[in-house]
Amino acid sequence: MFLHRLSRVGFRIARTSMPVSRSSTSTSYFGAIFNRFMHQMTNHHFSTTAINEACEGLENKEKISVTFVNKDGEEKTISVPLGMSMLEAAHENDIELEGACEGSLACSTCHVIVMDVNYYNKLEDPTDEENDMLDLAFGLTETSRLGCQVIAKPELDGIRLALPFATHNFAVDGYVPKPH
Amino acid sequence: MSFEGGGWKMGRLFLHGARLLSRGFCSLGSNRISVCIVGSGPAGFYTAEKMLKAHQTVEVDIIDRLPTPFGLVRYGVAPDHPETKIVANQFSRVAKSERCSFFGNIALGSVISLSELRENYDIVVLSYGAESDRSLGIPGEDLNGIYSAREFVWWYNGHPDCFNMAPDLKSTDTAVILGLGNVALDVARILLRPVSELAKTDISDHALASLQDSTIRKVYLVARRGPAQAACTAKELREILGMKNLHIKIQQVDLDISPSDEEELKKQRIQKRVYELLSKAASSPHCPPAEQRELHFVFFRKPDRFLPSENGCTVGAVHLEKTFLEETGKRLAVGRGEFEDITCGLVLKSIGYKSLPIDGLPFDNHKGVVPNLKGRVLSSYQRGHEAVEHGLYVAGWLKRGPIGIVATNLYCAEETVASISEDVEKGLLTAASGTPKPGRQGLLQLLENKNIKFVPFSGWEKIDAKEKMVGQQRNKPREKVTTWEDLLKASNV
Repeated sequence: MFLHRLSRVGFRIARTSMPVSRSSTSTSYFGAIFNRFMHQMTNHHFSTTAINEACEGLENKEKISVTFVNKDGEEKTISVPLGMSMLEAAHENDIELEGACEGSLACSTCHVIVMDVNYYNKLEDPTDEENDMLDLAFGLTETSRLGCQVIAKPELDGIRLALPFATHNFAVDGYVPKPH
Repeated sequence: MSFEGGGWKMGRLFLHGARLLSRGFCSLGSNRISVCIVGSGPAGFYTAEKMLKAHQTVEVDIIDRLPTPFGLVRYGVAPDHPETKIVANQFSRVAKSERCSFFGNIALGSVISLSELRENYDIVVLSYGAESDRSLGIPGEDLNGIYSAREFVWWYNGHPDCFNMAPDLKSTDTAVILGLGNVALDVARILLRPVSELAKTDISDHALASLQDSTIRKVYLVARRGPAQAACTAKELREILGMKNLHIKIQQVDLDISPSDEEELKKQRIQKRVYELLSKAASSPHCPPAEQRELHFVFFRKPDRFLPSENGCTVGAVHLEKTFLEETGKRLAVGRGEFEDITCGLVLKSIGYKSLPIDGLPFDNHKGVVPNLKGRVLSSYQRGHEAVEHGLYVAGWLKRGPIGIVATNLYCAEETVASISEDVEKGLLTAASGTPKPGRQGLLQLLENKNIKFVPFSGWEKIDAKEKMVGQQRNKPREKVTTWEDLLKASNV
């Protein structure tokens, strides 16, 4: 597929550390995907070595185990290749994690809660951009992250992610409806 | 599957499409439930998506008064925020799914009445948002050069109701924006962004031409309250504060906060981060070169009246009263009896949208919403005496008031759909006679009888393709079609 090939080209360019301006507006559809991909790459501060390792990991089909827990307490454990985001992994496995902006850090709908603080601490700190989006997430917790920004790496094997429970009251004046 | 950006997206598209298709093959027998959703913005589409998922025998029709779907995603989100519009891809998949149909160019209240819809559908969900504005109610408000931010946004986004608004951006160097929410920041940013950057977005061509000739160099954002109460969010604030060649002016004295403010900030992550951004901007050293544009944040000022310019019919200045915040209770901004003026030639009021009532619909004029209980419309809403209108629901701004982001509608729709599902289960929505309502067939017959040509989703796709094609020639993601006539023509209606 063309997009696949385009992404591989982008991958090679990323290794030569091409600078990307976050605020540049996309000029074309493919430009938008390319920019988003580049943004994800630069945001994770990949060194050339790390990119090589991730690439090799993929080729060796190294995967980690990730468990999603929905608001009803139902669990689903899936296998996620290194380098894939939790949002992509969820969609590939039919897990109902919303992704309105499709991973471009323009929404908070892929919000997940890292259930074990030890795993949370293994993640790189969120960028300002991710924090700005987390501000708007419903049911935000101390260990909340955006699913599109949590990328599978070996240390996260066994991570458990809860889908948040929305408890917002939407009445304009704060009126709480009486139960029937 | 590789992890590169593009590959998973295509895979997900296939997966989603396959899922939707397989669900569509369930038989629609006598248990069929017909739903009509009025308004095709995020509230309407999220409601449609959740209804389709929750009930295998549901058929959903989404109507919109415009020929184009997506509501504010198309006509509200700023041109330089293309990522926020990506959600339209998800909505398109819903519209194209087996049990869903889009009907554009159908205005509830003029072309078709609420009672006609309720006669034809088991369930009607109103999610037509807020297409009007709160007004200040102060002298001079009808002078030329004063617009609501909504109108200005519709204008630069190519909305067919505002394409010939023609705001004069050439007779003044100063614009005043009343309000400090994200819409206020949007309009400020569009006025101040270098045109070379705007030229690569989907901004309408008439707005681009106008901004190219604009003489506006100073923009004032005027807020009644203080920086601890600013309604904007961090992402948008960070973006505007970081714009190149833009000189930011914030008075240090406005950043002094009271103990009540400090308490509030501790509890509210968003407000705290916004306040920190404003503080940092106020304390940054800056030596502006002469040619720089200016953005002023003015706090604790409320508009008292608009003063005319020399010609007597255009605005010449905003007369502001200084305010202070009550320390307790609702912490309202109270006037201090001291006044000052800002000379300007353009005023944009960004003080909130307002929904419009329609015949036969209970409406709370004070709050500007349809009275409801978790999305169920109430025909009377005195507390303790609520009476529910069966089969009639609301979602989105019409339900909650004009606040929140795209994603807010996700949870709002969930709540409304949960109410609908409960009512379906309780058997509250089957007609007394037992005969099912005509649904889509009824609507089609009604439209034929009235000789109304609607725009199906495929009609929108023709408009979409045309916009993208012309856009490509001009190095823009799309060139919007901006008149009613051209939209209907392009949709081949």
